[in-house]
Amino acid sequence: MNTLPDERGYFGRYGGEYIPEVLVPAFDELKRTYDSIKNDRSFWAEFKGLCRDYAGRPTPLYYAEKLSQHCGGTRIFLKREDLTHTGAHKINNALGQGLLARKIGKNRIIAETGAGQHGVATAAVCAMLGMECVIYMGEEDIRRQAPNVLRMKLMNAEVRPVTSGSKTLKDAINEAFRDWISNITTTHYLIGSAVGPNPYPMMVRDFQSIIGSEVKQQIIEKTGRLPDYIIACTGGGSNAIGIFYPFLDDKDVKLIGVEAAGRGVETGKHAATLFAGTPGVFHGAKSYLLQDSDGQIMETHSISAGLDYPGVGPEHSYLKDSGRASYVAETDKDVLAAFHLLCSIEGIIPALESAHAISYALKLAPKLAKDKTIVINLSGRGDKDMGIISEALGGNL
Amino acid sequence: MNSIDAIFTDKGRKTLIAYITVGYPSIESTLKAAPILAEAGCDLIELGIPFSDPLADGATIQNASFHALQNGVTVKTCLETAQKLSKQVKIPLVFMTYLNPIMHYGFDAFCKACSESGISGLIIPDLPPEEGIELEEAAHRYNIHIIYLLAPTSTEQRIVTVASHAGGFIYLVSVTGVTGARKDLPPDLKSFVSRVRKATDKPLCVGFGISTPEQAAEVLQIADGVIIGSKIVRLMEEDGSLSKVGTFIRDVRGVMNTSK
Repeated sequence: MNTLPDERGYFGRYGGEYIPEVLVPAFDELKRTYDSIKNDRSFWAEFKGLCRDYAGRPTPLYYAEKLSQHCGGTRIFLKREDLTHTGAHKINNALGQGLLARKIGKNRIIAETGAGQHGVATAAVCAMLGMECVIYMGEEDIRRQAPNVLRMKLMNAEVRPVTSGSKTLKDAINEAFRDWISNITTTHYLIGSAVGPNPYPMMVRDFQSIIGSEVKQQIIEKTGRLPDYIIACTGGGSNAIGIFYPFLDDKDVKLIGVEAAGRGVETGKHAATLFAGTPGVFHGAKSYLLQDSDGQIMETHSISAGLDYPGVGPEHSYLKDSGRASYVAETDKDVLAAFHLLCSIEGIIPALESAHAISYALKLAPKLAKDKTIVINLSGRGDKDMGIISEALGGNL
Repeated sequence: MNSIDAIFTDKGRKTLIAYITVGYPSIESTLKAAPILAEAGCDLIELGIPFSDPLADGATIQNASFHALQNGVTVKTCLETAQKLSKQVKIPLVFMTYLNPIMHYGFDAFCKACSESGISGLIIPDLPPEEGIELEEAAHRYNIHIIYLLAPTSTEQRIVTVASHAGGFIYLVSVTGVTGARKDLPPDLKSFVSRVRKATDKPLCVGFGISTPEQAAEVLQIADGVIIGSKIVRLMEEDGSLSKVGTFIRDVRGVMNTSK
């Protein structure tokens, strides 16, 4: 049984707590509180109740028959996280950490967002729990994900544009950390991915592993056995770790994370951290990251704002090195083609993030025998991406 | 003896520490500024190695780091700059930066290069002592101090832990916040400094948010030293001749000496 991270927050050689001193007491408090709720049945009962009644769980596991036929017959199932309230798996973690913040007694929530999905989920949970909510979002992302900005504002969140650095997700995280350093006694930082210092990678994984737990039950009901492959897009890696985690000990189930190759890994304009990066320390943890020859963090590119991040959760780094999971990368171009295919043959509009997983499955499935099964985590819906899609089509929608 | 320890042996003299970002506004200005700072009365200079994602820094040093990187400053540039400066100024030089550039360079190689370039200490805001073991070992081999930080939020137990690892002096972060000039000193500063004083006899220097001679004098009633960063960076921006920086440091030194 997997018991990582260790008591210092490490997954093998990755993870840890590389944090400014001012944050240390808040992390101690967070770890203490999380330890206390880990086996607290009433906490998890409330969490699961909200996942059911507020977020709409369990999400279906859908047999995508036409997609399967298109790929030559290997059976492909889609885990429909896109059908959750607010439109992506992000709501699971936002609910969990929202309840945790209430337990700690903090009433002000800050969060970063890239595509806006985590921001929207956090805004919704804060409105529902009656908490103050400030979302940091890169100016570039505000431009390309405008509908989500409006949704956050409608739910009373304040959206603060981040103008430093590359004006995307990593800079939003920097700014959220700065806010937290300045408001540590009143504020909980609701990190949206399985990244950051211990205990975040573990907490986010635990809240998101509801995805994999449901899949395990659903796939056995539908096929009588475990799947052969599980495929999930990987930016920071929360939807991937959420669906992988309950299968880590099932060694026959192959786990594949799909990163953003952007304009092609060879062009340097990508966000394929595990595929092309090297280990270092960034945003409070040791993990793979995209850095230059001088240890500076590199700017990334992806058509999907949610994957546009130069780091990755430390547990993924561990899974990569141990060989338990493998990581590949898909280009913007292939992702767009996969996006259009899923829209037109299944009537499902995936988020551009999730379309990375579809894109890889389209290449893998035709090589497999017909009796194999693939589960793809369809982590979010694509409504937010209409602007980008329209741009990509040159306005000819 | 490490040269940082030497500056704290004269109990009658309070310590004035200046921070500048290497390569901002330009490498020439860094090379020019350090001797001016030393002559005007600084006892130690922190040379900031710019990092792409300085999450403990406010707007001024973020901007300085960003432009220094745009100017092509690398870790190697910083080491070369330190080497030149250490031949010109007699006061100790330390590096302030984030962990990743050091880790990428390699802990042992970096500490060796530091020692060859006249660097006496390292200040790394994203490195708590628990994660610092490996770097501490390397630093020890080359007689380099790792200067750890404490914050107003630090508990008594935490103060003891950090103090036991601290080399040179302890950097007390005056505010619960990021770097940058502020109008007023925080009201709980005095109690914070005295809490640390009770737990350790290491020298205590206060930084973050200090931007006037009066604030420096007030801090030095309770602390052994004062660290000024963003204010100096801003003065270097405003006045390329650096005469404003020199005047400012002389003013601070003057107030320090008279209020003794």
